[in-house]
Amino acid sequence: MHVVVRNLNKNFGSFQAAKDINFDIQKGKLIGLLGPSGGGKTTILRMLAGLETPSSGDIYFHGKKVNNQAPQERKIGFVFQNYALFRHMTVSQNIAFGLTIQKRSKCYIESKVNQLIDLTGLTGLEKRYPHQLSGGQRQRVAFARALAPEPQLLLLDEPFAAIDAKVRKELRTWLKEMIQRLGVTSIFVTHDQEEAIEIADEIIIINSGQVEQVGTPMEIYKHPKSSFVANFIGESNTIKEISKLQGFEKYQNSGEAMIRPEFIEIFREDEVINRCTSQLGVVSNVVFKGNNWQVEVKVGDLNLVAYRPFEKDELTIGEEVWIYIHQVHFFEQGQSNVIKNRNILKKQYQQAIYSSNNYMFN
Amino acid sequence: MQNLNTEPLYIKRILIALVLIIFGFIFILPLVSIFIDAFSKGIELYVASIIEPDALSAMRLTLLTVVFAVPANLVFGVTAAWAITKFQFKGKNVLISLIDIPFAVSPVIAGLVYVLLFGVGGYFGPWLIMHNINIIFAVPGIILATMFVTFPFVARELIPLMQSQGIQEEEAAICMGASGWQTFWKITLPNIKWGLLYGVILCNARAMGEFGAVSVVSGHIRGMTNTLPLHVEILYNEYQFAASFAVASILVMLAILTLVVKGFIEWKHEQEQQRCGE
Repeated sequence: MHVVVRNLNKNFGSFQAAKDINFDIQKGKLIGLLGPSGGGKTTILRMLAGLETPSSGDIYFHGKKVNNQAPQERKIGFVFQNYALFRHMTVSQNIAFGLTIQKRSKCYIESKVNQLIDLTGLTGLEKRYPHQLSGGQRQRVAFARALAPEPQLLLLDEPFAAIDAKVRKELRTWLKEMIQRLGVTSIFVTHDQEEAIEIADEIIIINSGQVEQVGTPMEIYKHPKSSFVANFIGESNTIKEISKLQGFEKYQNSGEAMIRPEFIEIFREDEVINRCTSQLGVVSNVVFKGNNWQVEVKVGDLNLVAYRPFEKDELTIGEEVWIYIHQVHFFEQGQSNVIKNRNILKKQYQQAIYSSNNYMFN
Repeated sequence: MQNLNTEPLYIKRILIALVLIIFGFIFILPLVSIFIDAFSKGIELYVASIIEPDALSAMRLTLLTVVFAVPANLVFGVTAAWAITKFQFKGKNVLISLIDIPFAVSPVIAGLVYVLLFGVGGYFGPWLIMHNINIIFAVPGIILATMFVTFPFVARELIPLMQSQGIQEEEAAICMGASGWQTFWKITLPNIKWGLLYGVILCNARAMGEFGAVSVVSGHIRGMTNTLPLHVEILYNEYQFAASFAVASILVMLAILTLVVKGFIEWKHEQEQQRCGE
């Protein structure tokens, strides 16, 4: 289903939970509504479902305004954060609920329920009650129950929040595959950037009730429009006075800047290529991250977070190192500019660094 | 781990004994004495005082009152609990406090209020006389007074239960296309059935035994507006002790029956929870 939201507002008394929200969602896409807790994501989802009435603004499904449609008429599936399974019904009865409401034939209901139980891997648990299931199993039941009436739009509110970390990862991949296979337009709410990047086709970043940025995970990562987005998606260093850093001296009073850790390169004394373009710092912390080192370097009064490839030598705290900053982001009126270091480290070498730094999206 | 029960054994025994003695004197002894006194003049008199027309009429009236008051409060209680827990509206907290009024106000006052409203000198009195409707000193007044007194039982039982259950299951049902009515019957009612039954039983026990409010509005007309508790009082005031206790024993037995049913429901509910909770 094609979903369009225009100038959507929601006030709870004097608190504005959603401010002038606009976005378009193409049919069949999996969209992540990402933002910090209490930012209004769930309110937006509930307005799409019809469980909350917008204070102003319009919602269109398939080009048709649905503001005044009851939730029953919107053909949506909703997966609640705590699943809201019917506690007095078995797994099969839960999944069959939407179909019995539609007054489908017994035969149809039975085959549909069996099909969904197969699809969600719940075979053998049909007669269990919600209390007798694990978190992951409940999530699957909630998902199957929402899908049974064949909704045009699937809404998921923090679908993985109540599940422990290990199962969460499995379920994420499972859910993405399932949604892709069924081709149902889906919107899920999350505060976990990793989750959003991993499964969403497109991310809508929401902060204090406003849309900060819309785009594919890659676009948002590469070109964050605001320092909020830059900080929220991926690691970043926020720097007030960039002119103190080598290669960016001419950008005085240019406002806040952001540097991704992967664009800061660290050299030991014996590794440094061009001393004129690099800057001295002191290692203040080293954290082993599995496939690289996360190194904090103190440069003047700045503390910069950078990554160091695992194949290089380990650094020790207190060691003097040289750093080179490849690029910096500036934010001006909702736009970001990428500024490359004007002192070139060494042309060929630099290109090699770039390609290795983009590994996380390849 | 430190044992928190450090009291010596004798303190434990003294406390338990104290409770048993008080319980025996205040509850058990009076109940037993009712039966002893009821049968003091022989079983013939016991049976005679129960099947006497006035006693039978009192029993019928008590049952009639229960038949009207309990379902009315059942509907009211469910409606109030539903409104309070599922909707947001202004004055909700005031409404929650107002539901408790019958608990706070003396039943005598409750009865008097109805006399002031519907009695001959009351606000609606002249209009009611004109249209030949009797409320005070008639059955409708007794039912009204009983309803007033038993008003909070069902709602009080349901509100905390429904508050703890939240509204997500209902929302889930609505998203899947269920109407409000379907949601109530298929989702809400099965979730609250044990609490509801418990509330109804308490309400029922109180409706049968209510004395104060009913006493004010009934007029004590034998065979017409006497409920069981009023009949017991009348017999007692006429020094027919054996007969009075015989009728009282009926009330006691009804109360015990209520307790048994209540215990059974609690047991059944626990069983179901265990079955679901494993």
